[in-house]
Amino acid sequence: MKNKSLVSINDYSKEEQLSILELAAEFEKKPVQNILQDYVIASLFFEPSTRTRLSFESAVNRLGGKIVGFSEASNTSVKKGESLRDTILTVANYSDLIVMRNPVEGSARFASEISPVPIINAGDGANQHPTQTLLDLYSIQKTQGTLDNLHVAMVGDLKYGRTIHSLVIALCNYNTTFHLVSPVELKLPSSVKMHIKERKLAYHQYTEVEDVIPNADVLYMTRIQRERFSDPLEYERIKNSYNLSYEMIQNTKENFRVLHPLPRVNEININVDKSPKAYYFEQALNGVFVRQALIASILGLK
Amino acid sequence: MEKKKVKELKVSAIENGTVIDHIPPSAVFKVIRILKLEAFEDMVLFATNLESKKYGKKGIIKVSGRFFEPQELNKISLVAPHASIIEIRDFQVASKKIVETPNQVNGIVKCFNPNCITNKEQVRAKFTVVDKEDTRLKCHYCEKITTRETMEFF
Ligand SMILES: [Zn+2]
Repeated sequence: MKNKSLVSINDYSKEEQLSILELAAEFEKKPVQNILQDYVIASLFFEPSTRTRLSFESAVNRLGGKIVGFSEASNTSVKKGESLRDTILTVANYSDLIVMRNPVEGSARFASEISPVPIINAGDGANQHPTQTLLDLYSIQKTQGTLDNLHVAMVGDLKYGRTIHSLVIALCNYNTTFHLVSPVELKLPSSVKMHIKERKLAYHQYTEVEDVIPNADVLYMTRIQRERFSDPLEYERIKNSYNLSYEMIQNTKENFRVLHPLPRVNEININVDKSPKAYYFEQALNGVFVRQALIASILGLK
Repeated sequence: MEKKKVKELKVSAIENGTVIDHIPPSAVFKVIRILKLEAFEDMVLFATNLESKKYGKKGIIKVSGRFFEPQELNKISLVAPHASIIEIRDFQVASKKIVETPNQVNGIVKCFNPNCITNKEQVRAKFTVVDKEDTRLKCHYCEKITTRETMEFF
C-alpha cells in the first residue's frame, strides 16, 4: 500500500484490508518501534475530534515519529480564508504523510488528488471514516477468531451513522448475516442495503434489541442523537428502549461481544462494563495498532 | 389567416442542422442551456407541450446549421433520457439516433449536497452514473447521490 491514500474503506481491497489487520496484530505485540524517527506526519484537524486525534498521535509517537499540525481550524490560515488546496500543498512540503479530519464531505478525496504525499482520511463530515472501519474489523476478528460467516447485530441510528454504513459495506466481503435493529425512522438506507443485496447476503430488520441478542456473535451499538427526531417524546421513548444492561447479555453465546465506536450516551448501561463481554474500551485501543499498521504500510516501512 | 399559417410551416423546416425530438416538456429549457443554445447565433426553433403518441406531451428543438458531437448530445440524456437526435441535410433526414446516458458526468451538474467540497471550493464536480434509467449520479467526492429531482446545472 506504499503511497496509497486511504479515503474510503473501498479504496483498499479485501486483501489489502486483511494485510493491515495482520500488521496491526504485529504492532499489538510490539507497539513501540522506532521506525518513524526520520518522518514527519501532519495531523490536520479542521474540526476537533479529540478521540481520533489522540489515537493517531499516540500511534505516531509510539513509532518515534514527529507530528506537526493543528487540532482545530480556529487560529490557522484556514480561518483567514485559505483554500484547502493551498493548505494541503503547503503542508505537503513539511510532511511525509497527512492525516486529515475535515467537516466538508469529499474534502479528503480532493486532498488525495492534489497532494504529493499520501492522505489518511480521519473523517470527512458525514461521509467516510475508514480507520474506524479497520479498527472495527480488527476488533471483530480478534474477538471472534475470524471475520467469516458471523452474525453481526447493529443497533441504533442505522440511517445517519456513517460508522455503520462503512462497516456493513466492509463486512459484505465476509459472508456476514446482518441483524439490523433500529427505530423505524432510522432504518439502514437502501443505498447501503444495496451492497448486502448485491452479495446475496441475509439481513433481518428488528425494532427491539432483545430479539437479536441470543443469536448474535457481535452486538455493535451506536448512539441515537436527539436531533434526528422531530418529536421529542418519540426520542425519549426510543432512548429508553435502546439501553443495554448487564442482565440482558447474560444468556448470550460464549463468543458474544459488545462493541461501540464511542462516545456512548446511555445506550449501554455502565453496569455492562464489568462484563467480560464488554469490548468497547479494548476496541478503542485497537485503533492505535490499526493506525500504526496503516501509517507504516503507507510509508513503505512494513 | 391562411397565408400566415403557410409561412410558419416554412420556417419550421430546416435545410441543414439538428432536430432534437421527444424531449419531456419540462426539460426543453434545460436542454437549451446544456447545449448552450442561448449563445447560438443561427436559427433555433423550439416548441413544447406538443402531442406525442409515445409520451403524451413532448418538446422539440431544431438547430439550424449545427451538428453536435455525441459527447455533447449525451449530456442531455440526464434530463431527456429518450430524446431522439435527427440530423438534417438538404431538408432530408440524414441520420436518426437515441441519446445515450454517459458513464461519467463531469462539470455540468452540481452536487446537490451543500456540504460537498465541490460546492465549497473551486473543485470541478464529477459523477459516476450509477443508474441510467432513473438518472442517479454518485458524486466522486462526497459519494452522495444526485437524482433527477435534485439535479441542477451549472
Ligand atoms: Zn458531492
